[in-house]
Amino acid sequence: MKLVSKLIYIMVTILLLVACSNSEDSNETATDSKSETTNQDEVIKIAMSTEIDNLDPYISAATDTQSMMDNVFDGLLDTDESGKLIAAIADSYDISDDGLTYTFTLKEGVTFHDGSELTAEDVLYSYKRLSGLNGEEALSSQFEKIEKIEAPSDHEVVITLKEKNSAFLAANVRPILPADYEEQSTSPIGAGPFKFQEYEVGQKLILVKNEDYYDKENIPEIDEVQFIVMPDSEAAVLAMQSGEIDIIPGITPQGLLQLGDSVNTVSGPQNMVQLMALNHEVRPLNDVRVRQAINLAIDKDVIIETVADGKGTKLGSNFSPAMDFYYEAGLEDVYAPNIEEAKSLLQEAGVPDGFTLELTVPSDYQFHVDTAQVIVEQLSQIGIEVKIKPIEFSSWLETVYQNAQYEATVVSFTGKLDPYEVLVRYVSDYQSNFINYENKKYDELIEMAVESTDVEEMAKYYKEAQRLLTEDAVSVFIMDPDRTIALRSDLVGLKMYPIQKFNLEDLKSTNE
Amino acid sequence: MRYFLYKLSSFITTIIIVSMMIFFVFQLLPGNPAQIILGIDADPNQVAQLEKQLGLDRSSAERYMDWVAGLLQGDLGESLRYQLPVSDILIERIPVTASLAILSIILTVVIGVPLGIFIAHSDGKRVSIFLNVLTQLGISIPSFWFGFILILAFSVTLQLFPTYGYVPWSEDFLGALRSFFLPSFAIAVGNIAIVIRYLRNTILDQSKMDYVRTARVKGLKEHSILYGHILRNSLIPVLTIMGLLVADTLGGSIIIENVFSLPGLGNLLIQSITSRDFPLVQSMVLYIAIIVLLINFIVDILYKVIDPRIRLKG
Repeated sequence: MKLVSKLIYIMVTILLLVACSNSEDSNETATDSKSETTNQDEVIKIAMSTEIDNLDPYISAATDTQSMMDNVFDGLLDTDESGKLIAAIADSYDISDDGLTYTFTLKEGVTFHDGSELTAEDVLYSYKRLSGLNGEEALSSQFEKIEKIEAPSDHEVVITLKEKNSAFLAANVRPILPADYEEQSTSPIGAGPFKFQEYEVGQKLILVKNEDYYDKENIPEIDEVQFIVMPDSEAAVLAMQSGEIDIIPGITPQGLLQLGDSVNTVSGPQNMVQLMALNHEVRPLNDVRVRQAINLAIDKDVIIETVADGKGTKLGSNFSPAMDFYYEAGLEDVYAPNIEEAKSLLQEAGVPDGFTLELTVPSDYQFHVDTAQVIVEQLSQIGIEVKIKPIEFSSWLETVYQNAQYEATVVSFTGKLDPYEVLVRYVSDYQSNFINYENKKYDELIEMAVESTDVEEMAKYYKEAQRLLTEDAVSVFIMDPDRTIALRSDLVGLKMYPIQKFNLEDLKSTNE
Repeated sequence: MRYFLYKLSSFITTIIIVSMMIFFVFQLLPGNPAQIILGIDADPNQVAQLEKQLGLDRSSAERYMDWVAGLLQGDLGESLRYQLPVSDILIERIPVTASLAILSIILTVVIGVPLGIFIAHSDGKRVSIFLNVLTQLGISIPSFWFGFILILAFSVTLQLFPTYGYVPWSEDFLGALRSFFLPSFAIAVGNIAIVIRYLRNTILDQSKMDYVRTARVKGLKEHSILYGHILRNSLIPVLTIMGLLVADTLGGSIIIENVFSLPGLGNLLIQSITSRDFPLVQSMVLYIAIIVLLINFIVDILYKVIDPRIRLKG
């Protein structure tokens, strides 16, 4: 049959054609990319490992999405690198002596990306959506504390809380959205330094510079930013090598090694707490002496050196020095490694020969798995036989975090802007207190702090609470791992913040 | 006709069984979608609220009935994570995976079949030994690793192809071809090797058959014996393998889409499993199952076209 042979000839010809057209085409793009670099319009491409869950900032729950879209939106307040709250859309604010009424004065001449002016009415609309005062479900528990909200004038907003809560101030970094605009999920509009241009589902998010940004000093230098979704970190590194990606946030030490000196890096603590959580309802972990012994047997410096390649800050309590003002220093060395003392503590507690401990680890996080392996080694020195139980993070959330069915686990808590949100986890009746820590004194300290209107006093309570967590050896608080961002060698200016965000208006290119 | 109806009814029954398996297996997975969507730092009140909103407080039997009722009306439900209709999300993704799969199958046939014939033809010569070693390598190389090697060679070093993303066919045909070529090739390599081996073996087996000797005695040219007789008989096992390879291609695309950052079904499947986005996962697995079954159905029908002697037993 001639047909088959003909078919084969045709296919081979097509293949050859494809191959030829490929090479021609690639020549074209090679020249294209050359002309692009000389072009005035600078496009910066950033690799992101996860997809956008929702463009509406009030519906989105993914940290990565928020860190990208933060460039499109501004809130009444913002934060600087040290975690201090600074004015953004608000010009100034005032808190009443009883700590219940917050008055914000808005800046004049702030406009949304559609050109309309941002007024108190938009703040009312946004905060009513967040707090559920619009008759629907509240979108944020921080805003549920609002009793009422009023706008005496176009540029003034008065918020009254149901009860005193010093943590409310930090909640005002949430984006302000234009009133009654229904298309936030498809074409979001904010008042931030970048405008939303396009989202190609699962592929890329394109933002362009907002020339009319109200904060004239911070109008971005970069014309266009593209966030490229790249689930595989190795693929992102290869793309950066070929010059198709300019920035990789959260790059791994291996990736950095591969890129070598061809890139710039920015790194620093990320206000995260990595810990080995101990369940106080499990014997013998209910005994403070056993927990202290575990703390004494674990050498955090070794973990930082081997697991984080030395890039991490040692911790002693559930608090990172990234929020310097509230940080109680010196706790990280309370349990300096001491095997002998650990053994005698175990003896006192009635378990001189040690015991077996099941360490549940979310297997999706290699970092935690590696940490667990070092811990196994270290605890074997005092006779505690640790068995690692790897479990998928989705299952971890249910069995460990929600139902507290575990003995010990390694996990990390991401940074919050207010110390209350960080430390409330250990309050006895907090719903996800999966560590099952109970200490009335601690509960009181947190309550006093949250009701306090004096910042110095507040800090004093929070510091005392941190000390208590250390003294009770509530868990083993290990480190705040550094976060490293790799940038194309001519890019500078990007800063690290105590919450995960990229302020791209800070980014500058030294190539002119 | 009876053959066709028989195959069709078994096709439909399998789909029904698959749909039940998909639903109940996913219910067994631990992990609460509401907690996963909101994450570890979520407020417990928010989690409870979201559970109610997502209908997770109802029994799984109720939810299965809802799902099937929806399916019959063409409504696939709403994704928990994206809060969008599942069908809208799938429509964005299907063209990517379909292009990848189709291109990879075309590559498999275009490269595999001629090479298979060539190797069989030159059996015993040096060149065929070399090619045999090469096919052995092709079968054993994992596709994701080969994908990285391709990126390193053709994208990073030679800069011939992009390292990530894709261009829709409607926008730029050659651009689309360029963006799909490497990933399709990475998936195809293993399949090409398999097709070559099968074709070579069956051709060699068939050449020893009596009808080939008869044809030679009849005075037919080698060329027409090969293409007119041997190849036709050799294609049946190859067709069977091709049916299986389509399933393989869909599986391979899950990994390859991640390596080449293509926003296809495979990529989405991984993300929705980790986020326990049940409506999305169920629809996708069902969709993939239907495609695989459909291909096998078509293969069954093609047997009959190639060899009319094939019919049902009894």
